[in-house]
Amino acid sequence: MRRFEYLRVASINQAIERLSDEPGAKLLAGGTNLVDLMKYDVATPTTIIDINDLPLREISETSDGGLRIGALATNSDVAFHPVVENRYPLLASAILAGASAQLRNVATVAGNLLQRTRCSYFYDVMTPCNKRTPGTGCPARNGLNRNHAILGASQDCVATHPSDMCVALAAIGTMIIVQGPNGARSISLADFHRLPGDTPEQDTTLQNNEIILGIELTPAPEFQRYSYLKIRDRLSYAFALVSAAALLTIDDGVISTAHVALGGVAHKPWRDTAAEVVLVGRPASRGNFDQFASMLLLRSDALSENGFKIELARRTVVRALEQAASRTPQSQSDKHIH
Amino acid sequence: MEARSNTAVGVTLTINGVERNASIEPCVTLLDLLREEFHLTGTKKGCDHGQCGACTVLVNGTRINSCLVLAVSRNGSEITTIEGIGTPDELHPLQEAFVRHDALQCGYCTPGQICSAIGLISEGRAKTRDEIREAMSGNLCRCGAYIGIVDAIEEVMAAPKRKTVP
Ligand SMILES: Cc1cc2nc3c(=O)[nH]c(=O)nc-3n(C[C@H](O)[C@H](O)[C@H](O)COP(=O)(O)OP(=O)(O)OC[C@H]3O[C@@H](n4cnc5c(N)ncnc54)[C@H](O)[C@@H]3O)c2cc1C
Ligand code: SF4
Ligand code: FES
Ligand code: FES
Repeated sequence: MRRFEYLRVASINQAIERLSDEPGAKLLAGGTNLVDLMKYDVATPTTIIDINDLPLREISETSDGGLRIGALATNSDVAFHPVVENRYPLLASAILAGASAQLRNVATVAGNLLQRTRCSYFYDVMTPCNKRTPGTGCPARNGLNRNHAILGASQDCVATHPSDMCVALAAIGTMIIVQGPNGARSISLADFHRLPGDTPEQDTTLQNNEIILGIELTPAPEFQRYSYLKIRDRLSYAFALVSAAALLTIDDGVISTAHVALGGVAHKPWRDTAAEVVLVGRPASRGNFDQFASMLLLRSDALSENGFKIELARRTVVRALEQAASRTPQSQSDKHIH
Repeated sequence: MEARSNTAVGVTLTINGVERNASIEPCVTLLDLLREEFHLTGTKKGCDHGQCGACTVLVNGTRINSCLVLAVSRNGSEITTIEGIGTPDELHPLQEAFVRHDALQCGYCTPGQICSAIGLISEGRAKTRDEIREAMSGNLCRCGAYIGIVDAIEEVMAAPKRKTVP
């Protein structure tokens, strides 16, 4: 690990000032991604700004029936919060599908949003990688790309966003509250993560000198039909090959709302609201789910090793919707898929 | 503690009930501090990247991977390592149960498994065998003693509470 200066800040403004003054400075939350990347020399911050004393851990209901979650709330705090368990069980389920108990006890909401890809070239400083070192090329495009994107990739980068939590946030509808030198602003989750285009070094639309204060979840009714289904190479403690977050409202057998997001398939959680509209007003049947999944994947593209993910994603979406419709969400401890 | 430094910074931790001080570089992880500075080598380094659980310790009662935590960022915390759990004469109930159920072979993962299991029990979330397995999935065992490990934890969870649990 390269040497760095350590600064523990007592105020949000102090953190923003330092970020503005020093482009090489990085915020430290749980550290489970940043410290790991520093050990590989992929992240080489000149200063670590430790924000763990900032008052950003609170989880509170908003006046309109949504939920505000502080940037430093741990993944465990969120998954086991009574309001999340009751009104956002999809979020609790997605978080519990990720990483391990030890990691979730430390990992924070903001850190999870900003975690970087797990592309093996990105992690290996001996290889080129446009995301790590812009302009050097993308060896994954014609190399080891079994885990890589099938949607929204570019010539310059075919990496995926590895988060489970963010897939649920995309389906629920979430605002990210951030603050910079010119004050606070909100970014919708859909606009927060980017597609790689020709600037894959930028994962998100967050500016270098902005800090995430927290997130706000769209108001959600109790006891929704939901499921988070994550498919991976082993049953636990592995990143998704493909995952699907499904939220449904059904009245008299007819779908009134459908929100579906996919993980493990693109540079950001993948959601297609135009395709979702097609499900509205139709019976909650396998045939309709099938048609929807095919629409969602219409523009998917296979790389040399990941063609299987297209069919896997299609089946995962259909199964997650069936699980949601029948109120039998995927359990994250009993791994049988019913 | 000095707020800003790229050389040594002072840290004070209460480790297994004893307050300890060290002057370290900010890049030192909690795992390396425990092992290299305090010679508490019960906590193991398996992968050093959060992927195996061998380095699991309890920080303020919560189980975490000590390899991904900068020691300075936990200044003032209470740490429990395997050295603070049971004694050779009076084993912790989990240690007894691990012996009884053959829940280890080489033993390299065992300190992490025990710390993790203590964290799991105090979290109070896992109830069924499936839930215990899932909640322990952050601790790999290359010897494959998983069945014994889950048996041991199940047994301790079912037993009436003893006061030795820290
Ligand atoms: C072995 C392993 C397995 C994993 N498996 C999964 C998995 O299956 N699913 C999954 O979703 N995740 C998984 N993870 C990733 C884990 O979820 C992330 O490492 C974690 O969420 C990062 O949170 P953190 O608080 O530790 O972030 P940090 O490492 O502290 O920070 C990450 C980034 O966010 C920035 N940052 C942090 N807070 C703020 C803020 N408030 N404002 C602005 N920037 C900020 C930091 O500067 C840094 O760039 C795994 C990790 C490991 C090590
Ligand atoms: S896919 Fe993206 S992260 Fe992976 S090597 Fe190519 S540019 Fe780098
Ligand atoms: S050594 Fe920390 S998880 Fe493997
Ligand atoms: S007992 Fe050998 S690794 Fe678990």
